[in-house]
Amino acid sequence: MSYPRPRDDSRRDDRPSGGQRRFIRARKSCRFCAEKIDYVDYKDTRLLGSYIPERGKILPRRISGTCQPHQRMLAEAIKRARNIALLPFVTA
Amino acid sequence: MSGRRTEVIQKEETSLMRVYEVMFIISPTTEEGDIDKLITQLSDVATSQGAQVTKIDRMGRRRLAYPIQKLTEGYYVVFTIEGTGLEIAELERRMRVTDAVIRYLTVRIDQELKRAEKFRSARAARAAASRATRSSRSRSQIAVAETSDEEDEE
Repeated sequence: MSYPRPRDDSRRDDRPSGGQRRFIRARKSCRFCAEKIDYVDYKDTRLLGSYIPERGKILPRRISGTCQPHQRMLAEAIKRARNIALLPFVTA
Repeated sequence: MSGRRTEVIQKEETSLMRVYEVMFIISPTTEEGDIDKLITQLSDVATSQGAQVTKIDRMGRRRLAYPIQKLTEGYYVVFTIEGTGLEIAELERRMRVTDAVIRYLTVRIDQELKRAEKFRSARAARAAASRATRSSRSRSQIAVAETSDEEDEE
């Protein structure tokens, strides 16, 4: 039986707000590390699409929880995919 | 020492042969037969320059994420090419002058694949190491048990 890891309270967004109830957020984790993806392919629009919100921007790592090396690969892949019209640059 | 030297030589050899991925979009207004003809034509350009087209992947017709030359659809094709890079220059030149090719993208993937391979082997090594320590621990426990047996016999 595994329990969720204790929360790291030093995180900015986890700071208790004026003695009020704290929100317990699920711990974010890098999906690419979990699925052992070593190379982010720009052709895989299904995967990349999950990191593109409505506006067409690249989802920041503070939201998605992706680790730095994987975020770098992901950003590169998204930019390649945009060039070949697999993904949009902007969506109105 | 000799191991390091061979490694350097191999690096030089592989640097001559690179792996590229050339993706291009053919205008949907071209007919099926013309698409086939164009694909063989372009792969011949690469092979005639001395490269090897190891894979031709037709992703087929799909919607473009944004209009290119007022077109909203395109026929996607991916070539995987092994070569020195000179063939790529020629291939790109040909695609630029071909009107049916509305967009192309060349990506050099050998370094990235090597990096991915490195991660994979590092992970395998880590897994093997942890397995080894676990098994060696159990083996040492067995050894301890055996010595205690021997002591009993004495």
